[in-house]
Amino acid sequence: MAPRVDALYYFLIAVTAFFTLLVAGLVIYFAFKYRRKLKDDAGAPIHGSMWLEAAWTIIPLIIVLVIFGWSSSIFFSMARPPAHTLDVYVVGKQWMWKFQHPDGRMEVNELHVPVGVDVKLTMTSQDVIHDVYVPNFRLKADVLPGKYTHMWFKATKPGKYHLFCAEYCGTNHSGMVGWIIVQERAEYEQWLAGSLGQGTTMAQAGEKLFKDLACSSCHQTDTIGRGPTLVGLYSNKVNLDSGSTVVADDAYLRESITNPRAKVVAGFQPVMPSFQGLVSEEALLQLLEYIKSLKATPSNATGVVSPPAPASPAKK
Amino acid sequence: MSGTHSDEPPVLQHHFDNLGQQFEASSLGMWLFLVTEILFFGGLFTAYMVYRMAYPEAFAEASHHLNIVLGGTNTAVLIGSSLTMAMAVYAAQQGDRNRQVLFLVLTMVLGLVFLGVKSVEYSHKFAEGLVPGPNFRFEGDAIHAQLFFSLYFVMTGLHALHMIIGIGIMAVLTAFAWRGRYTRRYHTPVEVSGLYWHFVDIVWIFLFPLLYLIDRHGAVR
Amino acid sequence: MDTPVTPHSNYLTDGYTLKSWLLTRDHKRIGLLYLFSVTSFFVLGAFFAAVIRAELLTPAGDLVASDTYNRLFTMHGVVMVFFFLIPAIPSVLGNFLVPIMIGAKDLAFPRLNLLSWYLYTFGGLFTLWALVNGGVDTGWTFYTPYSSSFSNSNVALVIVGIFINGFSSILTGLNFIVTIHKMRAPGMTWFRMPLFVWAHYATGLIMVLGTPVIAITLVMVAAERLLHLGIFDPKLGGDPVLFQHLFWFYSHPAVYIMILPAMGVMSELVAAFSRKAIFGYQFVAFSSLAIAALGFLVWGHHMFVSSESVYSAMAFSLLSFLVAIPSAVKVFNWSATMYKGSISFEAPMLYVFGFIGLFMIGGMTGLFLAAIAVDVHVTDTYFVVAHFHYIMVGASIMMFMGGVHFWWPKIFGKLYHEFWAKVAAVTIFLGFNLTFFPQFIVGYLGMPRRYHAYPPEFQLWNILSTAGATVLAVGYAMPAFYLLHSLLKGKPAPSNPWGAKGLEWETASPPPTHNFETPPVVTEPPYNYAK
Repeated sequence: MAPRVDALYYFLIAVTAFFTLLVAGLVIYFAFKYRRKLKDDAGAPIHGSMWLEAAWTIIPLIIVLVIFGWSSSIFFSMARPPAHTLDVYVVGKQWMWKFQHPDGRMEVNELHVPVGVDVKLTMTSQDVIHDVYVPNFRLKADVLPGKYTHMWFKATKPGKYHLFCAEYCGTNHSGMVGWIIVQERAEYEQWLAGSLGQGTTMAQAGEKLFKDLACSSCHQTDTIGRGPTLVGLYSNKVNLDSGSTVVADDAYLRESITNPRAKVVAGFQPVMPSFQGLVSEEALLQLLEYIKSLKATPSNATGVVSPPAPASPAKK
Repeated sequence: MSGTHSDEPPVLQHHFDNLGQQFEASSLGMWLFLVTEILFFGGLFTAYMVYRMAYPEAFAEASHHLNIVLGGTNTAVLIGSSLTMAMAVYAAQQGDRNRQVLFLVLTMVLGLVFLGVKSVEYSHKFAEGLVPGPNFRFEGDAIHAQLFFSLYFVMTGLHALHMIIGIGIMAVLTAFAWRGRYTRRYHTPVEVSGLYWHFVDIVWIFLFPLLYLIDRHGAVR
Repeated sequence: MDTPVTPHSNYLTDGYTLKSWLLTRDHKRIGLLYLFSVTSFFVLGAFFAAVIRAELLTPAGDLVASDTYNRLFTMHGVVMVFFFLIPAIPSVLGNFLVPIMIGAKDLAFPRLNLLSWYLYTFGGLFTLWALVNGGVDTGWTFYTPYSSSFSNSNVALVIVGIFINGFSSILTGLNFIVTIHKMRAPGMTWFRMPLFVWAHYATGLIMVLGTPVIAITLVMVAAERLLHLGIFDPKLGGDPVLFQHLFWFYSHPAVYIMILPAMGVMSELVAAFSRKAIFGYQFVAFSSLAIAALGFLVWGHHMFVSSESVYSAMAFSLLSFLVAIPSAVKVFNWSATMYKGSISFEAPMLYVFGFIGLFMIGGMTGLFLAAIAVDVHVTDTYFVVAHFHYIMVGASIMMFMGGVHFWWPKIFGKLYHEFWAKVAAVTIFLGFNLTFFPQFIVGYLGMPRRYHAYPPEFQLWNILSTAGATVLAVGYAMPAFYLLHSLLKGKPAPSNPWGAKGLEWETASPPPTHNFETPPVVTEPPYNYAK
């Protein structure tokens, strides 16, 4: 991606240089050629030219449309992560970065990734808006509180690359920096084997939280209890009691935990308590990973995760 | 206004060529000012629209805690006050001093009634724990209901502030009208203040259905 | 063209008491009140910039503490944007010249004009009070939730200052629009008006339509801080990005408030110093309106990386490219004006040359930012800082200086020292480029903005930039000396020292209180130079 951005950048420099030199050159030339000779001299009675106006409107228009098209094509690639990615979860807070790998490893202010692999970052903030910026990748994305944002990349060269926070966030904004460490496969495997704190994957940590916070008392894995089952929920459609349908994505799952009253599944009572403030952003991501891991097996696949038209009337 | 004898209209301001130009300038000026007011309230309406579209159920539920009898009464009161204001302008155009004063006073009275009803409503909200802050309580999606009420108080509060200013302007106008300042020939301040008053009324005409009447048409989901 | 100087009274001699100045309704005196105020704020904002550049000489944050640095760049932005750039040309030159240029005796609402100055001053005093109390550290952009829930600085106080100041802007714009519609002299049709007036009309439209939105947005932030509402707080159901939409809905058009008047000055200077009618007058006039209109449709280009949807981003990107076109059209028309002109090189014309180069670079780097793929890399870096300083300082302030020099003899009835004015203009141009061009480079290399300390590999560019800032400071200081000298000891100016066309040059220098001895009747097209 970075070379594509640079190519467009150099093109823009060329266009800028061309037009600036053209106009500046002409102006300097006119300044000398038409400098005033006598005190009362006036300029020629020229008022305009439709041809010129058309030309210097249409030509720049074409040029900017070319730039727009080129930029948009690169942007689409940036905005659409590939289907299969190595997922890393990022929590930003004043003034540090916390990375969680699905296999459980946590890193602070440093992220190890293997070269040549599509990596997708799912990011949120614990407090104010931050931004993950990796100049060498020519990429940045804001990290927002209460929401998940995403960024994907495929590193092409091993090395150590600056990571900056690029959205002003208070006192130590310029200290909220770190490194993306891209390694050859072999080296990365070695690092994987050697780093501390593994043993529990994010999903396993999430499962433990699920039990410790008593989620399982209402959300059974195989039957429908006080709460809807979460098996096969992720990425599927959910019918809400308001009549609308939503897709159970990251944002939906997060909201369901922090503000369950906002969207109540059809056929269920609004009895789930809110866990806002009771679980950290990291814990929320672990729960997310756990729920994602609850794939529907053939025996309990339903497709749409809510019961058919219930006996109880719609609430109002 | 430059002071001259109280029974003569103020003289033409020195930088205008004639009274007609002066009136047109004042009128255009007031219309432009009202456009700025539309943009000013517009920011709040935008925030409201964004959140209502995101959380329609919470907003509907929260809206049902508002008193549509009081709100509806206030709407009628304000529309009435726009009528009395229009009558005041008409009386000024006719040069009728007594009717000008009468209708300006009526307009102020109706404005005060509006504010009175509003304060009753606010006190109810306070008693019911619907004022955003540490004492907010709500059954249901409290987080987004609180958002509704935050917007409710800021929007109606800003509107009420404009009403208070409007009543102040009316008071000044009444004092001048009483002294015979506005005649057939010159009554610009009454006309442009009338525009302002009608605008404040129209803002309420939008606020009332948006805030009070969400999902009140009776259909059961 | 030069009418002899007759010793009759003028607006400056029409009352010497403080009261005659502080309670004036004369648009010319009000323009001078603003000149005093905006210059004071400029000096304050420049002082903050000086400390910032001094800190950035070294990679470590060793001159001031982080909190102090954050307050410095915030206050630099707030003071420069709201208290210098937005009012400077319109409230000083616009106030002084718009009525005269259309043959009127004053603006439509002289008392509102005075009120505008008082609102500006009170707003400024609130902001200064906040500054004295420790300042604000949110950045001039006040992004939530940092500004609404986290910052420990005087956010509400500064918001009050900016809010009050906003009404100054609104009333000024309103005054210009009504004046231009209703107070033109007989024969002064729309297409006979100087382009400076068209520019101020378009600016007035933006002031009137855009400023109320930031006013209410800042009210919401203050309400959130003081009353703990949750409009922008995710924990209370709010969306911090909504703030960004509302903020930029004004703040993007605001940058056109900062440049359109400068473009108006540009038209006047190019015509006067080429002694030729502006090429494509109608195109330049309509371009001003097009810039004002399109300027309201592009705010999302400040939010390409803020989780804006792909399709919104594309729409804003396309519109941002389109808004560049009318500006380009203007530059081409000004350049074509010089063809077969009769060109002289006094100080105002040197500022014109500076403007053309710097506005081209500033404007075209805007294209870099409109291209989302490039913007993703350079947004929130020094590349953006360089871009907007090229336009705001390189173009806008250049024209403020050019305009002040051009109309100085008219406003004060005195001539200034041409040699030193030329030296200052060249010094400013060189200092400016040395300050800001390296910032494009260090931005693309990845140096984020609002950074107190930075990695050592960025130091060379920062040193160059600080060196440039020193030269720039010298350049800006020079006019203080020779202009003051002009006021005290300058030669009296004739009514038309430049041999220029325009109603302002047909009245005395300085003009009488009512602008014209006899009200003008207009029969000629504008810029009627050619014989």
